[in-house]
Amino acid sequence: MKAKGGTFVNKLITTALVSFALCCLSTAALAAAPIKIGALFAVTGPASFLGEPERNSAQMVVDEINKAGGVKGRKLQLIIYDTGGDATKAVQLANRLIKNDRVVAIIGPSTTGDTMAVIPVVERAQIPLIACAAGIKITEPVKKWVFKTAQNDTLAVARIYEQLKRERKNKVAILTVSDSFGSSGREQLKSQAARYGMQIVADDTYGPKDTDMTAQLTRIRGSRAQAVICWGTNPGPAVIARNAKQLGVTLPLYMSHGVSSKKFIDLAGDAAEGVRLPSGKVLVADLLSKSDKQKSALQAYIRDYQRHFKAEGDHFGGHAWDAVMLLKGAIERGGESPAAIRNQLEATRGFAGIGGVFNYSARDHAGLGRDAFVLVEVKKKSWTLVK
Amino acid sequence: MKADKIKFLVFCLLVLLAPLPLSGGYLVNVLVFVGINSMLALGLNLLLGYAGQISLGQAAFFGLGAYGSGVLTTQFAMNPWLAMLIVAVCVAAFAFAVGFPVLRLKGHYLAMATLGVGVIAHIAFNETIDLTGGPSGLSGIPYLSIGEFIFDTDLKNYYLVWGFALVMILLSLNLVNSRVGRGLRAIHDSEVAARVMGVDARLMKVQVFALSAFISAIAGSLYCHIMTFISPTSFSFHISIELLTMVVIGGLGSVYGSVLGALLLTMLPEMLRAFEDFDIIVYGLLLVSMTIYLPGGLVRGIPMLFRHLLPKRGSHA
Amino acid sequence: MQLLNQIMQFVISGLATGAIYALIGLSFAIIFNSTGIVNFAQGEFVMLGGVLAIFSMTALKLPIPVAILVAVTGTTVVGVVFERLAIRPLKNATPLALIIITIGASILIRGMVMLLWGKDTQVLPPFSGNMPLNFAGATLLPQHLWIFGVTLLVIAASRLFFHHTITGKAMRACSFNRRAANLVGISVGRMVLLSFAISSALGALAGVIIAPLTMTSYDVGIMLGLKGFCAAIMGGMGSGLGTVLGGLILGVLESLGAGLISSGYKDAIAFLVLLLILFIRPQGLFKKGETDRV
Repeated sequence: MKAKGGTFVNKLITTALVSFALCCLSTAALAAAPIKIGALFAVTGPASFLGEPERNSAQMVVDEINKAGGVKGRKLQLIIYDTGGDATKAVQLANRLIKNDRVVAIIGPSTTGDTMAVIPVVERAQIPLIACAAGIKITEPVKKWVFKTAQNDTLAVARIYEQLKRERKNKVAILTVSDSFGSSGREQLKSQAARYGMQIVADDTYGPKDTDMTAQLTRIRGSRAQAVICWGTNPGPAVIARNAKQLGVTLPLYMSHGVSSKKFIDLAGDAAEGVRLPSGKVLVADLLSKSDKQKSALQAYIRDYQRHFKAEGDHFGGHAWDAVMLLKGAIERGGESPAAIRNQLEATRGFAGIGGVFNYSARDHAGLGRDAFVLVEVKKKSWTLVK
Repeated sequence: MKADKIKFLVFCLLVLLAPLPLSGGYLVNVLVFVGINSMLALGLNLLLGYAGQISLGQAAFFGLGAYGSGVLTTQFAMNPWLAMLIVAVCVAAFAFAVGFPVLRLKGHYLAMATLGVGVIAHIAFNETIDLTGGPSGLSGIPYLSIGEFIFDTDLKNYYLVWGFALVMILLSLNLVNSRVGRGLRAIHDSEVAARVMGVDARLMKVQVFALSAFISAIAGSLYCHIMTFISPTSFSFHISIELLTMVVIGGLGSVYGSVLGALLLTMLPEMLRAFEDFDIIVYGLLLVSMTIYLPGGLVRGIPMLFRHLLPKRGSHA
Repeated sequence: MQLLNQIMQFVISGLATGAIYALIGLSFAIIFNSTGIVNFAQGEFVMLGGVLAIFSMTALKLPIPVAILVAVTGTTVVGVVFERLAIRPLKNATPLALIIITIGASILIRGMVMLLWGKDTQVLPPFSGNMPLNFAGATLLPQHLWIFGVTLLVIAASRLFFHHTITGKAMRACSFNRRAANLVGISVGRMVLLSFAISSALGALAGVIIAPLTMTSYDVGIMLGLKGFCAAIMGGMGSGLGTVLGGLILGVLESLGAGLISSGYKDAIAFLVLLLILFIRPQGLFKKGETDRV
């Protein structure tokens, strides 16, 4: 039998040791708990050309981050749901991510339609959303919890109009696809025309699955247009390029960043020659000057995507890459709760991503400027920069 | 009769109590959409299951209800309840007018005609950009409210939607057990015979068509106020096919079957989440196999299965 | 003068698209005539033709003619399997059940193609190059000539088959009265199988010759199927000239509508025309036969 004092000290030491051990264990448990991030992409359905590369890129960069040790010692857990391009599903899945999976932030959705539907949900639940869709209405007017990584259509349109103005062409024919991407572009083309002295002499549309646009192009050929601007995503613009060649339409043909991928050249074949479009820099990463801040990130992205998926890393996948990296930065700078992440996102400055250099602020949740786009032209089946 | 009343009361109780164990979780949100889909499936079932008229264009009335309410409340600042009523009546009137020429057709021709109406409506939603916002959608639709009480959470919307749904179910149950309902079923079996017996088949078919349009329009209005944002992608041909699947899987000609079908098909993507890309195949397989092996739908198939599996009384020696 | 040239272009482009609708419409009509079924999955056979042809050329590196053969044969096999597994078990099904099954099958086929070959759009190289040809103020591509040529061949072949061979006549007998055909010794089951085989082959052919122009992906079948069905209805669901004319008219109306009225409402115009025909003359524009209205 030990002395009473000894037993007491023993008890004290044991309690201290046990408490210390428990503290260590719980911190270890906390440290091991992954940070849950939700993702909504249109992997199937009419917008799968957006959702699939976005899902791939997001998964790829999260895996890389985790392999390098995670963020502040914690792994990232990416929970991806497929909206199928359907706004109703997007809302249901956003609710699932927030209430069921308890994510601290959501990246995506891929389309403007899905994003607009999800905005009321995240605003009410106060969870930050980094959308990968281009519609300008997403961040104008600014909503507290909503950010985006895709460049605004306004910037792309401005690029094209600037070039046309420089070449002293001011009568344009526009041919836009009748989905949210095309109609958003059409809105911008019309609203910015006056500022650059452009006159829209023909305003036609085509359906996303249409296979023959000779009727519209015939009309355009008969108008006084000096240039044709086509706003859509594959395969429509490829068909249009071919139809234009068939009909002998020799007007300069401008496309949107919706076709900034090698796929367009593959589909349009010879008809792609001479086509110009505003593109995110990912398309011409190798042609950029060494001083360009984005060059290293772009080349790394293209290399990794090629290695992982045996396909060309494109402009759209880049939106998701940017979203994840922006989140990573925000979490590293001190955000672990949704509110803290949101504040840190808003404070992001000078992040050189795939889509451009991001500078968020309280009044600007889109973050990109004019330099997000470069004008490229197809020459001999590959992309070149237009000076 | 009494058994039916009890069945309905039990169902009401189930609906009222369902959200409680879910403690405001995400499933309540899903059940809100199950409610909307139940109403749509019910509308289609009255037309298809009872009157036997194929319609592949239900999404048109759903969309007209949604866009009607959406446009009236955003562009014309109308009271949402008033807008809902006006829109539903207008859509029903439209269906009544279109129904006369359309319902003279039968079988595949009718299917094609209704499909045509659906596609035209969808294109209209896409192209009338000034009114509907076009492909970019219509946002800023207000919530429904009664005085100071705003329907802005999942739980409140659940009771709102299911309140309407229960009323529709009750009305439908009364309808199918009435003289009108018997007339409808007579038309389904043989239109010629029904006419010979004095049933004004033509008028009745058009009336059911208008009723189903009315129900769909109300569902559409509720939908737009819950989502506060609508876009044409939610009213495509694809949705009409989904509704058809709900009705077939749940049970043609069964009011509760419509609810069952809606429940299953809205929850199916949740259950299939593990399969990701495979879900489209499972969907098609379900459709094909249900039609071949369980043409009465699950609402009849499940009791049938039970009867086969459970041992018969007194079969032991 | 310029307007006339424009209209000429609209008409010629419309005829080319219309020829495809005509081929697809023919395949609908063939199945309908021998079985009374409208195969909503017909569009998927068209898609399969294009997809299989591209697959044979790019992955299996086969030359064009062999690739086409593989595509048509492959799709025919799918069509036969479909008939055996999904249509056969439903001997006395209601029209509704049949519609639902064919819709379900189309979803299934689309899903399998999406899984096997992805969602990307793919292109087939044109058969005879890309040089535009001029014709009466409008331009065509050589591929358009292929389309016209194949359509004419198919019309001739189908006329020959259905009116001058025993099998063809047997199939027509089935469409008039199945019971009677059975009684005179025609194996109705075999005729149904044959009709599905012919339809899928025809659909695949249409898919292959249009793929170089329109590119193909797993979901091109839906709209093509619908338009082909419209063509068949306009032609009165007959297996001959009526359907072909229906398809051509549909194509031209679409093209003129897009060019002269509004490109956005192009599809709406086509379906509006269909609705008008269904309301006013549901037996089609060319058939002198009976209607089904009591």
